Amino acid sequence: MKITGAEILIESLKKEGVDTVFGIPGGVVLQIFDALYNEKDLRFILTRHEQGAAHAADGYARAKGKPGVALVTSGPGATNIVTGIANAHMDSIPIVVITGQVATRMIGNDAFQEADIVGITRPCTKYNFLVKDVDELAKTIKEAFYIASTGRPGPVLVDLPKDVSGARTDFVYPEKVSLRSYNPTYYGNKWQIKQAAQAIVRAKRPVIYAGGGVILSKASEALKELAEVNEIPVTLTLMGLGGFPGTHPLFLGMLGMHGTYAANMAVHDSDLLIAIGSRFDDRVTGKVTEFAPKAHIIHIDIDPTNIRKNIHVDTPIVGDVKNVLTELNKELKAFEESRGQGIKERKPWHAQIKAWEEEHPLAYKKSNKTIKPQYVIEKIYELTGGDAIVATDVGQHQMWVAQYFKFDRPGTNLTSGGLGTMGFGFPAAIGAQIACPDKLVFNVAGDGSFQMNVQELATAVLNKLPVKVAIINNGSLGMVRQWQELFFNRHYSGSILDGTPDYVKLAEAYGAVGLRAKSPSEVERVIKEAISIKRPVVMDFVVDPEENVFPMVPAGGANADMIFEEASQGEKEKGTGKKGRKNSVLPA
Amino acid sequence: MQHIINILVENKFGVLSRVSGLFSGRGFNIETISVGPTLDPSMSQMTIITMGDERIIEQIIKQLNKLIDVIKVVDLSEKDYIVRETALIKIHTSRPEDRGEALRITEIFRARVVDSTPATYTIEITGDENKIDAIINLLRPLGIKDIVRTGKIAIAREEMKAVALQEAKKIRA
Ligand SMILES: Cc1ncc(C[n+]2csc(CCOP(=O)(O)OP(=O)(O)O)c2C)c(N)n1
Repeated sequence: MKITGAEILIESLKKEGVDTVFGIPGGVVLQIFDALYNEKDLRFILTRHEQGAAHAADGYARAKGKPGVALVTSGPGATNIVTGIANAHMDSIPIVVITGQVATRMIGNDAFQEADIVGITRPCTKYNFLVKDVDELAKTIKEAFYIASTGRPGPVLVDLPKDVSGARTDFVYPEKVSLRSYNPTYYGNKWQIKQAAQAIVRAKRPVIYAGGGVILSKASEALKELAEVNEIPVTLTLMGLGGFPGTHPLFLGMLGMHGTYAANMAVHDSDLLIAIGSRFDDRVTGKVTEFAPKAHIIHIDIDPTNIRKNIHVDTPIVGDVKNVLTELNKELKAFEESRGQGIKERKPWHAQIKAWEEEHPLAYKKSNKTIKPQYVIEKIYELTGGDAIVATDVGQHQMWVAQYFKFDRPGTNLTSGGLGTMGFGFPAAIGAQIACPDKLVFNVAGDGSFQMNVQELATAVLNKLPVKVAIINNGSLGMVRQWQELFFNRHYSGSILDGTPDYVKLAEAYGAVGLRAKSPSEVERVIKEAISIKRPVVMDFVVDPEENVFPMVPAGGANADMIFEEASQGEKEKGTGKKGRKNSVLPA
Repeated sequence: MQHIINILVENKFGVLSRVSGLFSGRGFNIETISVGPTLDPSMSQMTIITMGDERIIEQIIKQLNKLIDVIKVVDLSEKDYIVRETALIKIHTSRPEDRGEALRITEIFRARVVDSTPATYTIEITGDENKIDAIINLLRPLGIKDIVRTGKIAIAREEMKAVALQEAKKIRA
C-alpha cells in the first residue's frame, strides 16, 4: 500500500523507538501534522519557541541516553532552531531535527518562508540531509538516527520539502545502515592500550581527567573500576559531572576555570594525565603551555580530531571510551601482583592532594542576612538527597551547581557546556521530565537566562510537568558582571537586569506555582514546598547580588594561578596565585 | 609546508561545500582545489593544495576523514607523486615577429596553440607549477591578454616493486 511521505516519516520515527516529538507546526509541515493527528504512539509536545523544542529534545536525549526529536516548519521555524542544534553539536548530543522545506521546485526561488537550512546548519550538525525523493525518505531517517547516535554523537537535520511529504510510495524501512564513508573506530589499538597500562603502573602522580564522553559512552562503571582498583584520583569537566560519583573519596571536583584548587593543582603536578572522553577545551586547560606540564598524557576519545588538537598527547587511543576502558582494566589485571607496591609508592601523592584540598576547599562566606547562591544549591542538594536531574542555564549559577551539587549518576547533570547557551536549562528540564516522568527535575536558572525561554512555562503547565525552576535572582547578568568587576574597572556595562518581572506573578500568570525566598531562613521551606507540589513551580531566590564565583582562573591564565575570594575565608594566602580581589558594591 | 591532499568523496550534492566549509570554518587555507569524476560515477576525486605545519596538516586530514561524505584521504606529500596543472594563455600577436617568437616558445615548452586569430594566440600548456610559471614569464613581454589556470591534480607514483610484480603476473598469465 502506498502511503504519504508524512506518514512514512511518522512510521519511521516509531520504528526508531521515538515516543516524543517536540516542535511547532507551520505551512510546509501541515501534511506531517495531519499524520500526527490521530497518532497514539507518538506524543507531540508543542513548545512555544523552536529553540525550546531543540533544547527539550536535547534534554530528553541527555536524560534518557537516546536521541531526542524535534519537528519544525521551514524558514523562521528552521532558523529559530539553529541555536539548539549548535548547542547539541558542541556537547555531542544525539538529536534528530526534522525541518519542513518549501516544495522542491520552489527551492532557490526565495519562496515564502524559504531558508537554506541545510546550508545554514552544515557547520553545526554532524550531518544533514535534503530529501528530494519520497523513495529516499525512510532510508534517510534510518541513516539520520544511525549517524546521530553512533560514533561521537551529534545532531542530524533532515530537511523535508512539502511535496516530498505529500508524495506517496510504499513504506519499506531498511533493516540496517551501511555507509562506506562513515566507520567510527570503536575499539582502541591493543598496543596503545598496553602502553597506557604500563604508564599507569609506572606513574607516581597519576590523575584521571574525564569528560562528557564517559557519559555518552555509558562508561561510568568502567571508569570507577579504573580509578578504584588503581587508586587514581579523578577530576571531571563540566560535561563529565555525574560520570564519576561526586561523593567518591577519589573525586577532586571539577577542574579548569572554576574548578577546585586540588583538581587544578593535581593536574598541574601530575606525572600521568589520563584524559578520557574529554577534549582539552580552553575553559579546562587555561594557558595550554602550562597545563599538566610534567605529565605523560594518555588521551582516550572516539573522535580522532580531538586528539592533539589543542595539546600534545603521548599515548593517543582512538575508540569508544567504554570499550577502551574495559580493555585497559583487563590489561591492568596483568599487574595485579605488583599493584600493591605501586599504590604504596603513591601515598605521598594522595597526601599532597589531601593537603591541597584542605588548603583551599570550596568555600563561600556564609550569611544569615542575605541568601548566598551557593547556599541555595547546597540546600537543593541536601533536600533532594542528590537524587534529582538538574538542568542549568549559563553563568554564575551554572558554576555554583557544578561546584556544590554532587552529581553521583550520569544523565543527571544537564548543562550547556560547549556553546554556553543561556536559556538552555528550562526547556532541557522539560525534555528531561518527559523522558523521566518519575524523576525529580530541577532547573537552576539565572534570572537572565530564565527570561530567554520563559515562554516554555506554558509547555510545562499544559503538559503537567512538575519541573522545579530555582531562579538564582541576582538582578544581573551575573557572570558578565563578575568579569566587569574583576577586569573592567567595575564598569557594569549592559549587565544589570533592571525591569525584571515579578517571577512569582509571572509563574502564576502561566498557571504555575510561584514561591519566593528573600532571606536564608526561607530557603529550606521554599525548596521543600516546591518538591511537595506536583506541578511546575518557579522559585525566586533573591540572592546576594555581589556574590562571585571562586576560585577562578582568569582567561588565558595558567590553572595553577587561581584567584580566590579574600572575603570568603578572611585574608588568605593563595597557592601560587595572585592576590584575590575584594568584592565591590554595585552601583545603585 | 605545502601539502597535496587527495580526497575521494561521495559524488553528492553539497559535498564540495562541506569540504570547503571545513577549511574556512577552521581557518585552514586552500591554495588550489580541483574536483573531477572518477571511474566509479558514485565518487568524485578532489585534490587540495594547502599549507600548514605538521599539527595543522594532521588536523586537516583528521577533520576531512571525519566528514561523513569523505571516503578516503591521502596526503601525497608523504609519497612520491606526480602533480600537473594546465593553463590557457591568450597573448597579443599583432606583429609578425611576435607570432614567430610565440611559436618558438610554445615549441620549447611542448605547449600547443589551440586557438589563433590575426591578433592573438591561445596557448595550452600542461606541467608542474614551475614549468607554467616559466612559460608565462617568457610570454609576458609579448603581452598577455588573459590567463586561466586549473587547480593542481596529483597522483601517487606507482612503486617500482609493485610495477615489476604486475608485469611478472602479466607474463605468467
Ligand atoms: C544566548 C547567550 N547570550 C549571551 C551569553 C553571554 N553570557 C554568559 S553568562 C551571561 C550572564 C548570565 O546571566 P544569568 O542567566 O542571570 O546568570 P548568572 O550569571 O547571573 O548566574 C551572559 C550574558 C550567553 N552565554 N548566551
